[in-house]
Amino acid sequence: MSDRNGRQGYEMDRLGEGLLARAEREGLLDVAYATVDSPFGELLVAATERGVVKLSLPHHGAAEALEQIAAGVSPRVLEAPARLDPARRELDSYFEGKLKRFETDVDWTLARGFTAKVLHTVARIPYGKTLSYGEVAERAGNPRAFRAAGTACGANPVPLIVPCHRVVRAGGDPGNYGGGPGMKLALLEMEGALSRPGQ
Amino acid sequence: MTASGSPATLPPFQQLLDEHGRDVLGFLIASVGPHDAEDCFQETFIAALRGYPRLKHAGNLRSWLLTIAHRKAIDHHRAGARGALPSGSAEEVGGALGGSDARLESAGDEEIWTLVSVLPPKQRSAVVLRFATDMAYRQIGDLLDCSEEAARRSVHEGLKTLRGEPV
Repeated sequence: MSDRNGRQGYEMDRLGEGLLARAEREGLLDVAYATVDSPFGELLVAATERGVVKLSLPHHGAAEALEQIAAGVSPRVLEAPARLDPARRELDSYFEGKLKRFETDVDWTLARGFTAKVLHTVARIPYGKTLSYGEVAERAGNPRAFRAAGTACGANPVPLIVPCHRVVRAGGDPGNYGGGPGMKLALLEMEGALSRPGQ
Repeated sequence: MTASGSPATLPPFQQLLDEHGRDVLGFLIASVGPHDAEDCFQETFIAALRGYPRLKHAGNLRSWLLTIAHRKAIDHHRAGARGALPSGSAEEVGGALGGSDARLESAGDEEIWTLVSVLPPKQRSAVVLRFATDMAYRQIGDLLDCSEEAARRSVHEGLKTLRGEPV
């Protein structure tokens, strides 16, 4: 019995690969996703043909992220790691402290309105630097909307690649983060953003 | 996967593949034989993927997939490809079940194909849906485009043939 299941499991994998190749060829693979290991736990990364559309931090429920993609981008969502290889390599290199700037394209479909404005500003914060929520709000065109800027960071569909961890409280306290305050602190520490307070 | 008929909140397509891929493959192996099941499997899921975003409701996705698989199996039979015809006569295979359906219930996909390949396509599909995918008669009827009663009859006639009883 286990023999049969094992063989069938293998068969399903093989059939799945053929299916993915054909879906990609025929333009039916709207969203491909893969899981990527990180020092903080497993990430889920998903991409359209335009770029990375969703990155889900550890402990954020991969199923929820996939549902959000199905509802907000397209239900044609398949596990197809090949498309995520460039993003995976960049993430690996980033966590090793080597990569300072992501080159991988971002698909902004899941960010709308003021959130998108805020996140475009956040995307330009360089490695090792931080901005306060108020500064981000101002650069996004609405200086008084620092709370909305915080909300926008919380709704960031592609954290790490769009570095919302570089947005901190005015007093220098790191503040909240989707991956937990510990992860935010660790990222800022790795980037050397904490050693020079006031910058 | 909540109440059927709820407005479309379609799950990610991967979920369909994970949850129902084996049933679809089992159905196809039993319908067209192990050799051609792979092609039909790919045809089925490509067709499903193509139509998926336009699906009006997310109720019973398994039936939806099996309906597509059934259509692909019929296309395959019509194309006159290998496996379209019963591989043996009723006399040869007759009595395969030895008066009990237990063997059918415990049979593997390829074994079912060997057993049911003798049956005419509609009886074959009905028997396979009943035993390989455990489907209710009403759903089998929907899928084969006949009444619940006709579906029940097809299954029973198919089983009689397999037991070697006169139909």
